[in-house]
Amino acid sequence: MRHLLSAADLSLAETSAILDLAEEMAQVQARPVKKLPALRGRTVVNLFFEDSTRTRSSFELAGKWLSADVINVSAKGSSVSKGESLRDTVLTVAAMGVDALVIRHGASGAPGQAAQWVDAHVLNAGDGTHEHPTQALLDAFTLRRHFRTTEPDLDTFAGKRVVIAGDVTHSRVARSNVLLLQTLGADVTLVAPPTLMPSGVETWPVTTSSDFDAVLPEADAVMMLRVQRERMSGGYFPTPREYTVGYGLTRARLASMRPGSAICHPGPMNRGLEISADAADAASSLILDQVAAGVAVRMSVLYQLLGGEDAPATPRGDL
Amino acid sequence: MAEPATTTSRLVLDADQIQRTCARMAHQVLEANRGAEGLVVLGIPTRGVPLAERLARAMADVEGVDIPVGALDITLYRDDLRRHPTRAVGRSRLPVGVDDAVVVLVDDVLFSGRTVRAALDALGDLGRPRAVRLAVLVDRGHRELPIRADHVGKNLPTRADERVSVRLEETDGVNEVTISPGWDGAGSELSTPDEEGTR
Repeated sequence: MRHLLSAADLSLAETSAILDLAEEMAQVQARPVKKLPALRGRTVVNLFFEDSTRTRSSFELAGKWLSADVINVSAKGSSVSKGESLRDTVLTVAAMGVDALVIRHGASGAPGQAAQWVDAHVLNAGDGTHEHPTQALLDAFTLRRHFRTTEPDLDTFAGKRVVIAGDVTHSRVARSNVLLLQTLGADVTLVAPPTLMPSGVETWPVTTSSDFDAVLPEADAVMMLRVQRERMSGGYFPTPREYTVGYGLTRARLASMRPGSAICHPGPMNRGLEISADAADAASSLILDQVAAGVAVRMSVLYQLLGGEDAPATPRGDL
Repeated sequence: MAEPATTTSRLVLDADQIQRTCARMAHQVLEANRGAEGLVVLGIPTRGVPLAERLARAMADVEGVDIPVGALDITLYRDDLRRHPTRAVGRSRLPVGVDDAVVVLVDDVLFSGRTVRAALDALGDLGRPRAVRLAVLVDRGHRELPIRADHVGKNLPTRADERVSVRLEETDGVNEVTISPGWDGAGSELSTPDEEGTR
């Protein structure tokens, strides 16, 4: 594996290998000494052109717990705010001899573009409305652990029904999850108001619905999506109240869920909008497990990318 | 992966000899520790794990008490990660905490000593054992670090390019230790140093 740009890049075997290794990495989190020497001497740069708390800090911790040197660069306070282009920023950072670039950018495809400019490994930490592959991996890790409480040997998600509900159009998390859950063999149903269902969704390997109440009782897990008001330019739904009534995981809907069915949310949550406090704090909520899984999964991915032979880390383009 | 002993390889230990060797090492460990008190036996994957289980079983038969046995994967502690393709990481399994325990590390072949160094680093991150002892089935020499085993099943003088292969029922379907020339008779390059006893 050279880069991780899309959940579609991962085969079932690669996905299983990442999740299995993440189980080992999760053990490190429970130790008094949270440190492995595996990436000693490697340098990882977190290049975040968008604000982030959990993704950036979990990539930072993952790198540090593997003994890599980690540098954080955010758009604010860097030359990006002086008008430097993406290409120049990426080439400048790569010229310092880094081994991996973790890139979050508001434009879909930015990490993929950067991967063509440099020889360093590139990890997509969220690009526009395109993809967020490590989020999908940590969701799969969390769900696999949950499913394994009743089926200890479970490896694929064949026969499992996962409902992804909410603002699918603007959600890179939904895209990556659809791709990865398909690889794992789950049946995925997308639920969204027609205005928030992406065009071309009929070509995706999913079933779609606009009736949350009809599909929820059948689900083994429901992934709620954040209503991304910052990405919405127009009126996608009449009022927040109407959205909640139609597509929020309310107390009443929580009661209609199959016993043992899991609740996920990539965070940050809009409590009271897409998810009620009862659902967010319910016993079946895996939301904090997802956060904890983030570090283990990112350690696993960093090791898979950087744990092997030395790769030349020089920029290909001219500065 | 396991190849049967060929005309070019020489049998060093057969199944009975391996069993007797394990039994002898079990007695030696118990004698050095003056009993089973505080012992934790940790095998280094791959073949160190079944050996550790055999050793713990043999000691339990003598002492009549259960001896905690586990596995200590050292992949992430290797100092040659950057010289090989990404290695698959195995599973560590600690039966109990190692704080204040007498940990017996078990491996099949002791060669350069780098695997043991990695294991000591890994142990240090898991806790602070009272003492660490090393038990190996075969010591073939050619150390690159100042490390020696406390309990050795068989000292086997070798040339550096020879290959020592330990095969166990649990992993390979057969119990034997063989020695053979390097791949081309003039030195070999292997991806799993120590484990197969050559590099």
